[in-house]
Amino acid sequence: MSGTFVGMPAFPAAAHEAVRDQTLRGNLRHATHTIRAKREKAVAEVADWAQLREAGRRIKDHTLRHLDRYLEQVEEAVTAAGGTVHWAVDADEANRIVTDLVKATGESEVVKVKSMATQEIGLNEALEAEGIRAYETDLAELIVQLGKDRPSHILVPAIHRNRGEIRDIFAREMREWGRPAPDGLTDTPAELAEAARLHLREKFLRAKVGVSGANFMVAETGTLVVVESEGNGRMCLTLPETLISVVGIEKIVPTWRDLEVFLQTLPRSSTAERMNPYTSTWTGTTDGDGPRTFHLVLLDNGRTDTLADEVGRQALRCIRCSACLNVCPVYERAGGHAYGSVYPGPIGAILSPQLRGTASEIDASLPYASSLCGACYEVCPVAIDIPEVLVHLRERVVEGGPVTRAGNKVVLKPAKGHAAERAAMRAARWAFAHPGALRTGQRLASRTRRFHPRTLPGPGRAWSGSRDLPPVPAEPFRDWWQRTHGGKDGAK
Amino acid sequence: MSSRERILGRVRRALADVPRDDTPYEEAVARDYLREHGQRSVEETVELLAENLADYRAIVHRCTPDALPSLIAGLLADRGARSLLVPAGLDERWPAATEVPRVQDRADSTAHELDRVDSVLTACAVAIAETGTIVLDGGPDQGRRRITLVPDHHICVVRVPDQVVSSVPQALERLDPARPLTWISGPSATSDIELDRVEGVHGPRTLEVVLVDSRASAEVSSSRPEGSR
Ligand code: SF4
Repeated sequence: MSGTFVGMPAFPAAAHEAVRDQTLRGNLRHATHTIRAKREKAVAEVADWAQLREAGRRIKDHTLRHLDRYLEQVEEAVTAAGGTVHWAVDADEANRIVTDLVKATGESEVVKVKSMATQEIGLNEALEAEGIRAYETDLAELIVQLGKDRPSHILVPAIHRNRGEIRDIFAREMREWGRPAPDGLTDTPAELAEAARLHLREKFLRAKVGVSGANFMVAETGTLVVVESEGNGRMCLTLPETLISVVGIEKIVPTWRDLEVFLQTLPRSSTAERMNPYTSTWTGTTDGDGPRTFHLVLLDNGRTDTLADEVGRQALRCIRCSACLNVCPVYERAGGHAYGSVYPGPIGAILSPQLRGTASEIDASLPYASSLCGACYEVCPVAIDIPEVLVHLRERVVEGGPVTRAGNKVVLKPAKGHAAERAAMRAARWAFAHPGALRTGQRLASRTRRFHPRTLPGPGRAWSGSRDLPPVPAEPFRDWWQRTHGGKDGAK
Repeated sequence: MSSRERILGRVRRALADVPRDDTPYEEAVARDYLREHGQRSVEETVELLAENLADYRAIVHRCTPDALPSLIAGLLADRGARSLLVPAGLDERWPAATEVPRVQDRADSTAHELDRVDSVLTACAVAIAETGTIVLDGGPDQGRRRITLVPDHHICVVRVPDQVVSSVPQALERLDPARPLTWISGPSATSDIELDRVEGVHGPRTLEVVLVDSRASAEVSSSRPEGSR
């Protein structure tokens, strides 16, 4: 993975900053609570949710257990359908491949569909360095790009921005990038969306190269799938002459039929809809319809290292629905930026330290960015046991042990006792100082009892072995907080 | 060593713990989830489709084959459409009653030309009741993907009951992955601004779905069946 967000402090410090930002917290609270309630309704509509979730888990697990075979199969199928397949070991190689492909077309700009994989490798920056401008076309990504900001949510990257802020960004920045925002732009969502429509349309209509990721790729047929809402995806996938898709190797499903599971669970888990407005599938190229040239870049970038960890491997099942972010009490308070990665929230806390290793302070602190309340596991449509992986990674950080880095087995040294203790305590202190995080955790306490540590996990173990943990107050924490702070914290 | 070999090698080493005789795909996944949610008559399924389409802000019409040409002419007139794009293989009778000038779906027409088209009329491959989705597969009566994308107004005709299925699994069974598919559930929408849903960002802002019922006995009904979900 191409490093952390530049200059990012470790999670507790970054989170501490974030919780003091009232606007950010207001924006986040509104958004996560809205989508959480909607999701519950959407899931309740299907009686077989538990079976679909289990089928999703098994399809993904089976694929991961035979990934070499399915990778070869997808390569063969895409090639047979008229596409070209490239393999990229890491971010640098993927960026080089895409940059060279764009240069070969003679173009100096590309339109992009929102894609986590290309964010992860820092593709836009790599293209910029070679004189190629990448236009983000998802509305939220556009807001982030124009605002010279970082994404803070997998699905709604500009979730931390409210309509007033978005208006200001559009009014100020659009002219730098193309068609300016209309005069007198107000902050109603409809007007803001219209401004984005006009601004982007001129780019879609002239674009010769599109860049995308994919939600799924089907091994037996070589079909790629992009799930979206706005139609910007369809624009980028069908209008350009050349399409380049950068896809993580874990996105494979074996058969066409497997999509029947994920096309039911993904929309309901992510946008809480029965079905997202648009889904596009394509298999290589089609004469007279869509791009004439199609390139698939298969991306490793730490995924095979993650695969080598028998406990951590399950993180590769993730279909990036973002449900775990929306239920996470820590995410709600800290915001996505605190995680210092394009993958925030619970999934980010287990995925980033595996993709990147735990050498940096932020990556070593991420397994502690959780209250282990278990809500993330409950909502996950592929049943990733995030708390289990968190505890496992905490142990890795503290006790060391065998890990795979860049394909090589190495033995991680235990974190020094003192540093480990400090990391654990900082995280614990942070959680106790932020009643909103704890409150939601407590509400779920009875359902998640098996995750409740008697001693602190990870680096805290040695520490709590000789000391008592702070006792859980008899009075619920939030009541105590209300009484002693008079609710001045603003966390209702 | 090529990156391909390197990645495949890493995958194989990473999976050293997986036994060679691991459960085959056919047995690895329990398919005990439902093929269809609930028991519905054909009429109830069609009704559910209409309801879910409307719930996602598509405008839904129901008519008999005889009434279709005049219905289409009326929809175009209501909108003041000055040009109509039709795919080459569309049933000629459908747009027969309208005077709106025709634009052909040509391989070499540019995106800018399409941007000047007011309305597009297509058929579909299948429609999914439980999710309110129509699927286009690029067949001769549906045309290239971009014709239903760039113009602002899309009228899509669904043949009832042949093209209506209940569920996503039933739809996938009928579709050919070798064709480029577009699944459409309501018009283009975004929820990126404070999660307020706004219709119409880049795709057509108006989607009208016409359910054409070929059964002589078909009732035109808009009441919501009990217990259909
Ligand atoms: S970990 Fe699960 S809940 Fe979280 S984004 Fe991935 S699939 Fe969704």
